[in-house]
Amino acid sequence: MLNYDIVVIGGGPAGMAAALKAKECGVDSILILERAESLGGILEQCIHTGFGLHYFGEELSGPEYADRFIKLVHEQKIEYKVDTMALEITDTNVVYAINKTDGLLEIQAKAVILAMGCRERPRGALNIAGTRASGVMSAGTAQKYVNIDGYMPGKKVVILGSGDIGLIMARRMTLEGAEVKIVCELMPYSSGLTRNIVQCLDDFGIPLRLSCTVIDIHGEGRVEGVTIADVDENRRPIPGTEQYIECDTLLLSVGLIPENELTRAVGIDLDPVTSGAIVDEYRETSHPGVFACGNVLHVHDLVDYVTLESQTAGEGAANYVLGKKAEAAYIATKGVNGVRYIVPQKVNLNNGNDVKLYFRVGQTYKNAAISVKYNGEEILRRKRPRLAPGEMENVILKKEMLEKFEADGLIEIGVEV
Amino acid sequence: MQKNIICVACPMGCGITVELSDSGEILSVTGNTCKRGDAYARTECTNPVRSLATTVRVTGGVHNVVPCKSAGALPKGKIMDCMAVINAVDIQAPVALGDVLIPDILGTGIDIVATNHCPAK
Amino acid sequence: MIYDVAVIGAGVSGAMIASELSHYDMKVALVERCNDVAMGTSKANSAIVHAGFDAIPGTSKAKFNVEGTAMIAATCERLHVPFKPIGSLVIAFTQEEIDTLEELRARGVENGVPGLEILDQAKLRAAEPFINEQALAALYAPSAGIVCPYELTIAAAENAVINGTELLRNFCVDKIEFADGVFTVSAGAQSLQARYIVNAAGVFCDTVAEMIGDTSIPVTPRKGEYMLYDKTVGHLAKHVIFQCPNPMGKGVLVTPTVDGNLLVGPTATDLPHDEKTNVATTAPMLSKVISTAQKSVPCLTTREVITSFAGLRAHLECDDFIIGPSEKNAQFINVAGIESPGLSASPAIAVYVKDLLVEKLDKAKKAAFEPGRKAPVRFRHLSQEERRSLIAKDPAYGRIICRCETVTEGEIRDAILAPAGARDVDGVKRRTRAGMGRCQGGFCGSKVVELLSELCDKELNEITKFGEGSEILYERTK
Repeated sequence: MLNYDIVVIGGGPAGMAAALKAKECGVDSILILERAESLGGILEQCIHTGFGLHYFGEELSGPEYADRFIKLVHEQKIEYKVDTMALEITDTNVVYAINKTDGLLEIQAKAVILAMGCRERPRGALNIAGTRASGVMSAGTAQKYVNIDGYMPGKKVVILGSGDIGLIMARRMTLEGAEVKIVCELMPYSSGLTRNIVQCLDDFGIPLRLSCTVIDIHGEGRVEGVTIADVDENRRPIPGTEQYIECDTLLLSVGLIPENELTRAVGIDLDPVTSGAIVDEYRETSHPGVFACGNVLHVHDLVDYVTLESQTAGEGAANYVLGKKAEAAYIATKGVNGVRYIVPQKVNLNNGNDVKLYFRVGQTYKNAAISVKYNGEEILRRKRPRLAPGEMENVILKKEMLEKFEADGLIEIGVEV
Repeated sequence: MQKNIICVACPMGCGITVELSDSGEILSVTGNTCKRGDAYARTECTNPVRSLATTVRVTGGVHNVVPCKSAGALPKGKIMDCMAVINAVDIQAPVALGDVLIPDILGTGIDIVATNHCPAK
Repeated sequence: MIYDVAVIGAGVSGAMIASELSHYDMKVALVERCNDVAMGTSKANSAIVHAGFDAIPGTSKAKFNVEGTAMIAATCERLHVPFKPIGSLVIAFTQEEIDTLEELRARGVENGVPGLEILDQAKLRAAEPFINEQALAALYAPSAGIVCPYELTIAAAENAVINGTELLRNFCVDKIEFADGVFTVSAGAQSLQARYIVNAAGVFCDTVAEMIGDTSIPVTPRKGEYMLYDKTVGHLAKHVIFQCPNPMGKGVLVTPTVDGNLLVGPTATDLPHDEKTNVATTAPMLSKVISTAQKSVPCLTTREVITSFAGLRAHLECDDFIIGPSEKNAQFINVAGIESPGLSASPAIAVYVKDLLVEKLDKAKKAAFEPGRKAPVRFRHLSQEERRSLIAKDPAYGRIICRCETVTEGEIRDAILAPAGARDVDGVKRRTRAGMGRCQGGFCGSKVVELLSELCDKELNEITKFGEGSEILYERTK
């Protein structure tokens, strides 16, 4: 049995930032477990630029953003194991993991930080009818083939879903010589960043069709085409709008799901909206000493926010290990009136810090306001010229404000138009 | 002549209309809600630029390709020409992040640099 | 060389027959039109071992079903294939349907099905907590169970190959000639010779029979569509839950799978004769699957669906299996019309056909043969201690490739290198479950492609999903 103060599961941007912060807070015994061949996580295949604008004030590519943290992990001499998969966390915080060189690892941790990231929703989850031909894959899988392996996964491409990965891959495939015929989006708005719609689609004349989906996949060996159709307000295909589009590849960019198999197996409470753990402001889950951060907690749109959140979790884990965790006096947070979820779901009043609440809305709004209420009474109001589901929002609860609250109170955040 | 532009300076995504004279001179910028929008629209109309991120072929490395980017923005109209130049290059591993792979691509004064490491196999 | 027997079609019938024959002193070829075994009906069906009360007494279906079901546990144990005798329930919503249950029970008793019992509403609810509250009663058949149909097929083919059977893939028979007591079986430029043919070609059994002039078994390809659910809802059914049968088959069932998922389906759509490879799912039928299944288990939604698929079953007008020598040629053995309960019947069919051929060829049992196969490693089922010693022996088991199903590199290597091993991504998936979990190969797909490329000595872009024409990658980007 190995012993570490903190075991971090996942060596992507979340895991590295959490580990570095915990080290900074005075914990020396830290081990990062990474399942891929190197640290960096999904950033390694995100070769486009646009990372780090908030955190570094620079426009970096994914590998460059990751590299800055990898360097720090080395400088700080934080231990890590790559090609290592965590299989199980017990309720006494023993982590079981395997790799080729160590075999089965049994690690007793004082605190565990979950930073496993997320995965893409597959075709099956959409229940698209049609054949099982080759050439249907998630946009992220295609990204790996093109950017890491250097192989083309398709020549004539239809993309379903206008999330950022879908948009980025539309441009990427076009740059490499593929013809991207159309990007279809089920919703009446794109969940991608406006900048990506302009620079990834408009620049290359790729049409974006909103309120539209793929209803059939054709071809026996390789995909030969797809049928698309417009959808009504209930997202049901409208008869008569079907259109056949010849293509050899269908890329899916239809949402991300936090990868919480380990979390679920320990019995940690999950939020049905985020599909991530329910946490307090230090990102501690319902299981004492287990923290979660990054896309395993809730799907972020910017890695910069993943870094910030993970630093918070790293600090929380360090406090836990060093016996500095405050006594619990929780208030709950709850999204209302168009706010789908809030992270953290609870705040410990005894921690005595400003608390940033992150949240997402369920539809687009113009010239709206964010209203924050404590036990039904408005305590904060912020104007927002624009709100969109694809862009994570936040408000800060000042510590002076928190001091006036009492345990078991309720914070509600809603949209007002 | 009129040009309609969606501003990408911030997430607002304002629709901006730029009036141009026959000689391409900017007569007016409307629809923007801030100064950054005005500036973005003017550049976008006169000299649109884009950064480029792609890969370069590597021989003898742990991967077939290494990611790269333009160290600065390139003229938008030259993006596909730059891709052709980049696709013709074959780099010998190892490659280190920040290595200049193609200096001054197409005389733009912009270098193509590696954005990750690619150790030799 | 002249084979003693050529078995055409490596589905569950063909593979089980080849496996039985391989224990005898004869030369056997198992030919398959696709790149892998179990590529037709055997990979896309309800995965049920039926008790045997559906078939009309006196039919081949009734006989082979009851016999086969009695043999399945031992067969699965020998071949290291998981089988779970969880029992089945046919549920009734009306008095009329309760009458049907009584009929089915009487039929079952006549067929020799053991242990049949009619459960009242209280007992039914105790047995199936998530069943529709309006279900009044159920016929319980304890001998029914679940088995993975392609795993059984793969295991049988593997056993056959271990014992010397030649597996010829991508051998799509297009011509059969007969001269001097010997068949010449052609597939494009390839051909082989054999004294006996077993026609186990599934939905193509009529096409193959026509090659010797036997037009007595026209097949209607009957499509069934299914939805497979995440393991998180696997607990919603404890038994195989049928509704009362209808003329098109046994209706939509809800069942756990041996791997802990939940399977619902099938629909039944008769296709034209020329659509024997049409296994596309359709939106109307998928919604019919869910709406019909909800009648059994109302809390089912589409939220936890991880994939949907369709399979074809070879339906004959006589609604029975036809097993035996063709009227056109006594050396040509038809194993035709093997739709449900073909999987349940397969061990009995295999022994029957083997006995027939052993007698005709007058061959003895081999002095030494392998009765089963090496038990495949299933890392996810091992204890931490077992995992420790396994990785110590072979580090390849220390690398997880499929995160959703916890499949190691070692298991994938085994699957590719096994006798009758995987040659494509879907083949690896069926043998190891890599890519079968909730992300459906999003992460592991490319790693499986890399391993196939390494072990089959091919370029990445030569690796296919399920044989030629289904390549996954085009050329290098640069």
